[in-house]
Amino acid sequence: MKKLLAAIIALIAVIAGLIAWNHQLTAKQSTTSATKTLVIYNWGDYIDPSLIKKFEKQTGYQVDYETFDSNEAMLTKIEQGGTRYDLVVPSEYTIQRMKKEHLIQPLNLREIPNMKYLAPQFLNQNFDPHNKYSVPYFWGTLGIIYNDQLVKNPPKHWTDLWKPEYRNQEMLYDSARDMMAIALITQGHSVNTTNTGELQAAEQKLRGLSGNTKAVVADEMKMYMKQDEAAIGITYSGDAAEMMAVNHHLHYVVPSEGSNIWYDNFVIPKSAKNVKAANAFINFMLEPKNAAQNAKYVGYATPNQGAMKYLDKSVTNNKAFYPDKQTMKHLQVYRDLPKKVNQEYNDLFLEFKMFVK
Amino acid sequence: MTTKKHWFFSLPYYLWLALFVVAPLVLIFYQSFQGLNGHFTVQNYVNFAESGVYLKMTFNSVWYAFLITVITLIISYPVAYIIAQFKSRDFWLALIIMPTWINLLLKTYAFIGILGENGSINNFLRFIGIGSHQLLFTDASFMLVAAYIELPFMILPIYNSIVAIRPSLINASLDLGASRWQTFRRVILPLTKNGVFAGIQAVFIPSLSLFMITRLIGGNRVITLGTAIEEHFLTTQNWGMGSTIGVVLVVAMLIVMLLTDDSGKGVHR
Repeated sequence: MKKLLAAIIALIAVIAGLIAWNHQLTAKQSTTSATKTLVIYNWGDYIDPSLIKKFEKQTGYQVDYETFDSNEAMLTKIEQGGTRYDLVVPSEYTIQRMKKEHLIQPLNLREIPNMKYLAPQFLNQNFDPHNKYSVPYFWGTLGIIYNDQLVKNPPKHWTDLWKPEYRNQEMLYDSARDMMAIALITQGHSVNTTNTGELQAAEQKLRGLSGNTKAVVADEMKMYMKQDEAAIGITYSGDAAEMMAVNHHLHYVVPSEGSNIWYDNFVIPKSAKNVKAANAFINFMLEPKNAAQNAKYVGYATPNQGAMKYLDKSVTNNKAFYPDKQTMKHLQVYRDLPKKVNQEYNDLFLEFKMFVK
Repeated sequence: MTTKKHWFFSLPYYLWLALFVVAPLVLIFYQSFQGLNGHFTVQNYVNFAESGVYLKMTFNSVWYAFLITVITLIISYPVAYIIAQFKSRDFWLALIIMPTWINLLLKTYAFIGILGENGSINNFLRFIGIGSHQLLFTDASFMLVAAYIELPFMILPIYNSIVAIRPSLINASLDLGASRWQTFRRVILPLTKNGVFAGIQAVFIPSLSLFMITRLIGGNRVITLGTAIEEHFLTTQNWGMGSTIGVVLVVAMLIVMLLTDDSGKGVHR
């Protein structure tokens, strides 16, 4: 009895102590360390860690690095408030949303002189005119990866996916937007359509794939393709680069009739505590040598023109990762859709997944 | 001890209940009546009832959970019975509990290695000349893995109920002329009914909302309500609809609890 009481008192004392300590820490953070630390919120495995060390050494800032695995998860966290990220790396349609919800602040481009190294074709995009809020980090495409040992005729276009010879051979990506985009492109519609009729037609079209579908997976696809589990997969260019590095029978194609092109970009949230350090980091990452080193590590395509000469010719001339002008013209960027339409995409995709069975 | 002290000691328990059991349930119930714009509506429930997709998914979830429960029950009862007869039963029981110490995802990934196109089973099949077969991404593999994961939760309650039977009851039954089969049917089975029901609850209820395994092993060819909830919360951010499906699941679980609740009718000692 007495022991129990003592235990409870001890517990309360510990909790009180922790609260006091926490209070002290946050107080400290807001005064001294806020000017010294930079909090970055980025996709998992999306930066060469040695560059962070180099940045810390060069500037004296201390970097706190956190990761997320989807735009939506990141957005939810920032919307909830209470976060103090100085730098975040969302995709373009999420930036549109964040702009609408006043979650990010305009950049001071004078603080980022290395912007000059970026290729003009990646600047001043629809989702952020004049790069008022964002600086491109990497870009990539949606495409087809195939194993040359398991297919006789490699697929080149989206319509090839419907060929009967690939029966039970294809791995689809578990993402409504991407899979609907494929069907929409084959039918000549925009990947941002809000027309219910077009969307329903796209879902009907997708149903034709059910015989060829082996599974609908996400990140696991990398593992499966590396292990020759399936002949064909729908994936993103960076994931493809990672798979191809391990399994040399894999090849990646971006269908020339069009596909999705996406950009991940640096933005500075309104709640940022250390804008100065964030600017310094963006500028540091745009330094051609650093951008090249990072591109080598991550495997996605860099928008940095200056970095090209530090990259292998075999990479920059590879049409799978740096498609030719003709293909580039047909690539489409996702736009942020109204919640209701987004729901429609996902409901239809869910119906398709039910049908695959 | 006075009632006042009783109250003092049970306070943490009530706090826990209120914070982590009652509050989430109330929140889910409340959110299920919210539309995409955050206003009050019953549209989510109407959508659920009207769309064939969700009804089919509900049916799928219940059907798969039922199959998984039946499979684990068929395996568990004899296993629990046999272990209870062993002298070294603690050792055997420990062997059955051990897999629950390993992370669920790890176990699932291990099965990918076993069932894959170049996994150990297919390698063996090729070796003996049968040739490889598609094992992953099938209903059978999904149920195999789910049943494997749920197995200990079925065996344990049944085992406990078997161990609790006093040997004198069985001896009396045999002495009085009952055959072994009659003893099992009339004495052992009724006395272990509570264990079986507890096992069914422990397996059926989590099986209703499995979702990681449906994608990793089932390749999304098995779609359950868990898949839909994940999508509504993470992708479309339609928390209202996600919560509605959650409420449906809670109701389904309540029905199972009521069906397998034996208090009042069961055997009392």
